[in-house]
Amino acid sequence: MLKIEGLTAEIDGKAILNGIDLEVPTGELHAVMGPNGSGKSTLSYVLAGREGYEVTGGSATFDGQDLLAMEPEERAAAGLFLAFQYPVELPGVGNANFLRTALNALRRSKGEPELDAMQFLKVARERMRALSMPDDMLKRGVNVGFSGGEKKRNEVLQMALLGPRMAVLDETDSGLDIDALKIVADGVNAMRGPAFSALVITHYQRLLDYIVPDRVHVLVGGRIVKSGGPELAKALEASGYASVQAAA
Amino acid sequence: MPAVSETIETVQSVTEGAYKWGFHTDIEMDYAPKGLNEDIVRFISAKKDEPQWLLDWRLKAYRMWLKMEEPRWPAVSYPPIDYQDAYYYAAPTKPAPKSLADVDPELLRTYEKLGIPLKEQAWLAGVQPDEGEERERLPIAVDAVFDSVSVATTFKDRLAKEGIIFCSISEAVHNHPELVRQYLGTVVPQGDNFYAALNSAVFTDGSFVYIPKGVRCPMELSTYFRINAKSTGQFERTLIIAEEGSHVSYLEGCTAPMRDENQLHAAVVELVAMDDATIKYSTVQNWYPGDAEGRGGIYNFVTKRAHCRGARSKVSWTQVETGSAITWKYPSCVLLGDDSVGEFYSVAITNNRQQADTGTKMIHVGKRTRSTIVSKGISAGRGQNTYRGLVKVAPAASNARNFTQCDSLLIGDQCGAHTVPYIENRCMTAKTEHEATTSRIAEDQLFYCRQRGLSEEDAVGLIVNGFCREVLKELPMEFAVEAQKLLQISLEGSVG
Ligand SMILES: Nc1ncnc2c1ncn2[C@@H]1O[C@H](COP(=O)(O)OP(=O)(O)O)[C@@H](O)[C@H]1O
Ligand SMILES: [Mg+2]
Repeated sequence: MLKIEGLTAEIDGKAILNGIDLEVPTGELHAVMGPNGSGKSTLSYVLAGREGYEVTGGSATFDGQDLLAMEPEERAAAGLFLAFQYPVELPGVGNANFLRTALNALRRSKGEPELDAMQFLKVARERMRALSMPDDMLKRGVNVGFSGGEKKRNEVLQMALLGPRMAVLDETDSGLDIDALKIVADGVNAMRGPAFSALVITHYQRLLDYIVPDRVHVLVGGRIVKSGGPELAKALEASGYASVQAAA
Repeated sequence: MPAVSETIETVQSVTEGAYKWGFHTDIEMDYAPKGLNEDIVRFISAKKDEPQWLLDWRLKAYRMWLKMEEPRWPAVSYPPIDYQDAYYYAAPTKPAPKSLADVDPELLRTYEKLGIPLKEQAWLAGVQPDEGEERERLPIAVDAVFDSVSVATTFKDRLAKEGIIFCSISEAVHNHPELVRQYLGTVVPQGDNFYAALNSAVFTDGSFVYIPKGVRCPMELSTYFRINAKSTGQFERTLIIAEEGSHVSYLEGCTAPMRDENQLHAAVVELVAMDDATIKYSTVQNWYPGDAEGRGGIYNFVTKRAHCRGARSKVSWTQVETGSAITWKYPSCVLLGDDSVGEFYSVAITNNRQQADTGTKMIHVGKRTRSTIVSKGISAGRGQNTYRGLVKVAPAASNARNFTQCDSLLIGDQCGAHTVPYIENRCMTAKTEHEATTSRIAEDQLFYCRQRGLSEEDAVGLIVNGFCREVLKELPMEFAVEAQKLLQISLEGSVG
């Protein structure tokens, strides 16, 4: 599904990713862990195609397609979803309108009929109940005045509605209390299946008690320094990143 | 390429040919000779078979105009206008139609292309709403003004049953002379300003609305203005009178063909609201804005003013200004009646070389009068957008209140936004508040939308519509959707 080879990238001429090799087969969920500033968000932005994140070498393919050659919206249409570490506010844009516009853009690209307001609301309300989100979240401006936890849940709601084939979740657990964390984890687990892959970026092992990954990768200094099974996350928690860093 | 410059290029690339209303209708026209002098004024008045008092009124205005100078204070620039190099009267040669059935089919086709419902038969026959539409659309009575004359007014009979008069102003001059004479020029006097004087001398048509005491107008009234003829100025004049306790919602829309010359549009709108009356006046202005290099486009120099004469009367102006090369207009409210209310909600978009100097005047005279101003300016390309507003509180306007909010959104770095609020408060107990912000569409907002699958254009449209939401929600439902699309198209091609 996702295959990254020797990926290097820089911001404003400063090298941030220094040769990433990572493969997430279809149906698997991988975790990426690493200290602050190690390049986790940069990796997610490079995969999603954000401007200013200059790829200087290597490759990333999505189902064999050259991901790096595509526009951000083409990557979304191909089925790539990024849950932002810091979801963006869109003042005056109703959450329902935004979600429907996005969903219909994706449906159009797949040649599926668009949903009208009523059809959309029906689907959206169902998903929201599953995420314990109040209906009025649909009426409010996108992320405007949302608490940290609400923003993260809104990202998960979008993921659930848009139904991506691959989701990159960038520290979706940060700043959540344990109840919210479980809701988010449930949302991700509900997506899991043979046709869904995910890259779950997290700073803490805590999330991985609820979302059990197939593989864990440790990112330090813009490089994957260690990979392993779920037990690696536990080991990291005990010994800290310094140990892997020293070993690398 | 940074997101913003890409946006600008997207905007520019779609600009050419993006003005969808730029077609021209071939129709036989009757012109007055080019130029302006007393004979032309007499010619127009004679063509319209006007009474002597109106001719005298026009001539007085013309003589005032001769002594006046074009205002130079707006923050807009354009080469001097040669007022002798334009036609002041152009009308389809066929005699004015008596009913819709008599309207030249070519004209009907024009309005059809513009998406304007002139076929009232369809409505009256109870046409099924389009599939998928959630509610039945209300009928809208339409007055269509083509160059200098009103070509059709729909639903007249149904409105007449309620005692409502909705017709062209030329018709009102003949059929309701006492009303026209009583109110014409009482809100915007002939000598009010250069363009108002010019309009008073040569106005050719426009709409007239009279809502009797206690009547709630059962449908939206609207006028669509269309400049079609070449080298023609359009000078329409609209007069709306809402008697005690009445209520009316009125919408005007405007388009013009694409031409590489500038055309002058100098309209006057006068509103009068008596005790407890409400007038809601909405404008979706989409005159041809000129091309990307600033060639051609309409000069939109308009005087709009309301008198809230009665206690508790209310006038609300909502405007979405997407077109015109230059816009110069300040829909205003003179709040005379105690507890009267004035509102101004505005979206003005300038793209490419468009310039807008627009805002409002709220003049508080009565006690406890209240006004609200919400202005949203959007500048893209090399557009220049100025909000200019005056809030004036007379000493007697005790406990008057004003709230003003001016927000500017910039797209790209070659455009400009300016806010010029004047506040003259001469009353101790009155309160005025002013808030202003300037922002840009942030790169992270665009990226966020695109990550969700929206094209850059759609993302810009969505963000701009969000920015304008407070104003757009003031528009009648029927037109809010239209306005949203227009905003997007205009930004793609000149505003979104
Ligand atoms: N816009 C930027 N401009 C310059 N440096 C940046 C920018 N964004 C991130 N960085 C730098 O890149 C490195 C990796 O950041 P990031 O990918 O956000 O790390 P993480 O998500 O792992 O905390 C950090 O050193 C950070 O300071
Ligand atoms: Mg990060």
